[in-house]
Amino acid sequence: MNQSKKAVKRPDGRKVDEIRKVSCKAGVVKNADGSAEFIIGNTTAIAAVYGPRELYPKFKQDPSRALLRCKYNLMSFSVSDRKRPAPSRRDIELGLVIKNALSQLIFLEKYPKLAIDVFIEISQADAGTRCAGICAASLALADAGIQMRELAGSIAAGALGDLVVLDLTKEEEDYPEGATDLPITYLPKQGLITSLQLDGDISFAGFKKALKMGINKCKELVKLQEEALKINYLKGDKK
Amino acid sequence: MKKYIIELAKDNLRIDGRGFMELRKPISVETGVAKKAEGSALVTIGDTKVLVGVKLGVGTPFPDTPNKGALIVNMEATRLSHPDFDSGPPPPKIIEMARIIDRGIRETKMIDLEKLCIKEGESVWMVFIDIYPLNHAGNLIDAGALGALAALKTARMPKLGDDGRPTEELSSKKLLITKEVLTLTFIKINDTIVVDPCIEEEEVMDARITVSTSGADRINALQKSGKGGFTEDEVIKIIENSFKIRGMLKKALSDVK
Repeated sequence: MNQSKKAVKRPDGRKVDEIRKVSCKAGVVKNADGSAEFIIGNTTAIAAVYGPRELYPKFKQDPSRALLRCKYNLMSFSVSDRKRPAPSRRDIELGLVIKNALSQLIFLEKYPKLAIDVFIEISQADAGTRCAGICAASLALADAGIQMRELAGSIAAGALGDLVVLDLTKEEEDYPEGATDLPITYLPKQGLITSLQLDGDISFAGFKKALKMGINKCKELVKLQEEALKINYLKGDKK
Repeated sequence: MKKYIIELAKDNLRIDGRGFMELRKPISVETGVAKKAEGSALVTIGDTKVLVGVKLGVGTPFPDTPNKGALIVNMEATRLSHPDFDSGPPPPKIIEMARIIDRGIRETKMIDLEKLCIKEGESVWMVFIDIYPLNHAGNLIDAGALGALAALKTARMPKLGDDGRPTEELSSKKLLITKEVLTLTFIKINDTIVVDPCIEEEEVMDARITVSTSGADRINALQKSGKGGFTEDEVIKIIENSFKIRGMLKKALSDVK
């Protein structure tokens, strides 16, 4: 095991805790109340927020809070083999995971009976799409001027064999000796992990290390989102 | 109800009188309950009852994995098991549960899918695991995952006919299970974390986390669900506890051969 630790080198030469190049931008969909694009390496996520707006069908209205609805979709050409456009079971699950990751961000109780719709489209997928989607959605919600507690950072930690790393690519996920994928969403001000998934095989010690590494990176990603928000507001096209 | 559960928690009590880290009783696993299925299990955890069946078929492999068998896990929201389950396709939360159980099997390589290849690129075994709740009294995930493991352990491969299709006759050959992955679910209500929630607790939970482990130190799958969140310390504590408690599930499987 120790031997593999030395031998493992990341295919793109990154350090273990180094993520791919990130760029994020707010205000990319004009029609939307808020929107953002989040690019990490070869993964691109676009998120648009509509709302708070009236919720139909009416029986779904909640007099105490807004209903947050999230749709995650992989565009059909975003992956090697064309994906059918209809939502897959994976898309449905991730929609729910993303909704759960974002619920604690928003003061939903300030918008009774209304709906807040978040639509996430992945136009290029090279692993880490849910995390890119969550970062894009967090920024888009802020861009929509919705009252929020804070912004959310999200990144996939993981391991190649026993080597703990951040932000795996598709190539790394298919690591022949077994890769572990650990996507994390973290809200720094509240100190809460609001999404956490793991697939693979990792020791408890490795997990603790990966979790810590991921949380620290989430904090940095929140700062990046703050920068992107400022840039968009200074442009003055959102008033 | 939520207030009541929170009040009880202050005195270290749960609504059904259990300790925070105590599973419901009885826990039982009965296998071979559906004779037409290649493997099956009826799992009881407290009042929750789940029937799991494994069917093995022969099909063409997915183009991206020509040398691997297929694994399909499905859970239904059986209307007879709870008054709130509606007709129609399973709702997102049930799909999520099926996918959590799926990953507990697939990503952990509990079954070696490459061993299920009959002829590369042409025919492979397809493993269908269908989970039907018979009485939903909370924590369908753990019951479903335990049932899936038991059903897989007892499943026997059908004999292949001359045409390469499976026949009704079962061979003595079994599926190869490489490791025992056990799944435990914890929920957070206010600041209290409890294992194996009953339905009353589930309905008022803030957040949920499901942990799949194998052996004494390996974590194989995790999924956080529910609108709230966990702190880093809480997550670590939960995983520590799941290593401590998993023996209780293992015991229920001791008769499953």
